[in-house]
Amino acid sequence: MKTTRWTAYAMVAIGALIMVAPFYFMFVFATHTSAEIYSLPPPRWFGTALLNNLELLQERLPFWRNIGISLYVALMTTALTLFFCSLGGYAFAMYEFRFKQPLFTLVMASMIIPSFMNMIPTFMLMDFLGWLDQPRALYVPGAAGALGIFLMRQYIGTAIPKDLIEAARIDGCGEFAIYWRVVLPLIGPAMGTLGLITFINSWNNFITPLVVMRSVENYTIPLALRSMQAPNNTEWGALMTGAAIAVLPLLLMFFVASKRLIEGLTQGAVKG
Amino acid sequence: MSAPSASLAQGASAPARPAKRRFDRKKWAPYIFISPFFILFAVFSLFPLLFSIYLSFNQWEAASGVEAMQWVGLDNYKYALSDPWFLRSLGNTVWLALASGVPQHLVAIPLAAFIHNSFKRSRNLVIGIYFLPFITSSVAIAMVFNTLFSRDYGQINVLLEWCASLPLVGGLFPAESIDWLGSSLFIKPAVAFVIFWRYLGWNLVLYLSALQVIPKDLYEAATIDGASTRQQFWYITLPQLRPMIYLAVTLTIMGNLQLFEEPFVLVAESSGVSQSVMTTAIFVYKTAFSSGDFGTASAISWLLFLIIASTTWVNNRIFSRNERREAK
Repeated sequence: MKTTRWTAYAMVAIGALIMVAPFYFMFVFATHTSAEIYSLPPPRWFGTALLNNLELLQERLPFWRNIGISLYVALMTTALTLFFCSLGGYAFAMYEFRFKQPLFTLVMASMIIPSFMNMIPTFMLMDFLGWLDQPRALYVPGAAGALGIFLMRQYIGTAIPKDLIEAARIDGCGEFAIYWRVVLPLIGPAMGTLGLITFINSWNNFITPLVVMRSVENYTIPLALRSMQAPNNTEWGALMTGAAIAVLPLLLMFFVASKRLIEGLTQGAVKG
Repeated sequence: MSAPSASLAQGASAPARPAKRRFDRKKWAPYIFISPFFILFAVFSLFPLLFSIYLSFNQWEAASGVEAMQWVGLDNYKYALSDPWFLRSLGNTVWLALASGVPQHLVAIPLAAFIHNSFKRSRNLVIGIYFLPFITSSVAIAMVFNTLFSRDYGQINVLLEWCASLPLVGGLFPAESIDWLGSSLFIKPAVAFVIFWRYLGWNLVLYLSALQVIPKDLYEAATIDGASTRQQFWYITLPQLRPMIYLAVTLTIMGNLQLFEEPFVLVAESSGVSQSVMTTAIFVYKTAFSSGDFGTASAISWLLFLIIASTTWVNNRIFSRNERREAK
């Protein structure tokens, strides 16, 4: 009995090692040249080639610009999503109106559309609008999502008493002003969760940029990294440095707020 | 700080305003508040989706303008269904979906039960570690695995070699280096492993959230009746988890049948064996953006959608039938 228990603990620990190992090697490789990565034995501890790799990275890619584009798109998506979803979630949580239930069902139903289905028509639509190769082709379609509306409706419905809204209304507060001055200051935690989820999704998004972005200058970071992967002579050291820099902000965010992030995501999956 | 004074000022001017106007505002406000979502959804999801149905019945080359579109009826579908590459891509997709999806749940459920019962203080740390792969960029991850899987210098082969040199158990491991991403035999398991690695934590978290709501009295009663840990797992935990198993399996089916990023980035397109992990979603991308055949690509994407929808439906039937049998 005791031994099976310890075997189980050991297996969980080995599993955790397997989960972390690729990240560890990503950072280790980021400090080695390609030649060092492809040598025997392969490096297991940090090397000295970090600055060298960084230089190479900037030679091959407009790397900081790619990071900047990713950041710009992620921040715009997050800001717009927070605004539109909190507004929509507030309406679904606090108002009674005709077609409320069918409209909310439609919001939920929109979640099941597979993303690859939109690949081709999105490309054509962006081409038609003249938005190809422009960041707005990435952040405008992502500006309001069903998950955000759902999370906000749940949170506002439980965290804010209806009397508060009514009191503000009796005081003569306008409908939008109630949202802006009463509701918005009270939903910080939910905004934080939704903001994190949106930022991470936008930062990692690969298919949409792959389809709509054209020039290396406007590539987001995942796309830029992939473009460095050449059939024969890939600068693996520089590539790992780039990958590590691209992953670092997410890791930091995760360490700060992993609990909230996980709860937000599962709440979305387990929609009631 | 300015909020109370501002609302007071508005309150003072309110009686002067006609009452009907304020009533109207309250009536229309929710529609205005939800409209951004519906406008964006209509323009960037619904319209494109409907357009792609139309497109799937047309012959159209990307190079020529929209005027060059030509109605061909079901020809694109017939063409896709007779295309051996389409069928092969489907086979690859199903292979990868099963090889990465089944183990995900077989590991996640007992793992979740064990963490739930046996971890107290380090619980969040362990969950966080397992969840980490889920939140990171699949491209960055694929790059790392690309080097780890390398034949001569990859850490995975080095580790396997070390295991093979161990006494007693050494014989279980391959003595020679495996060309993971370069041989048609090993590339699928390698890609499946990366997908398993990436989504295990997500399923773990889903199951943990379901475990939290199982009533504790069930276990207490079972303990009094003398049920072992194993019996409790089989006769309490698993049946109580059923709704979550259904949800998690459904999410896995939907996600795994549209696999794109991991195989797309993990394997260089030009390499010969890349065909063996070409999923249907990648095939759609290639048909549209490499061959410029948007009509056929749309038809394929609708075929894949039908497959996803019917698989989900069958899954639903299986789960609800088991439920009925249990109720008897």
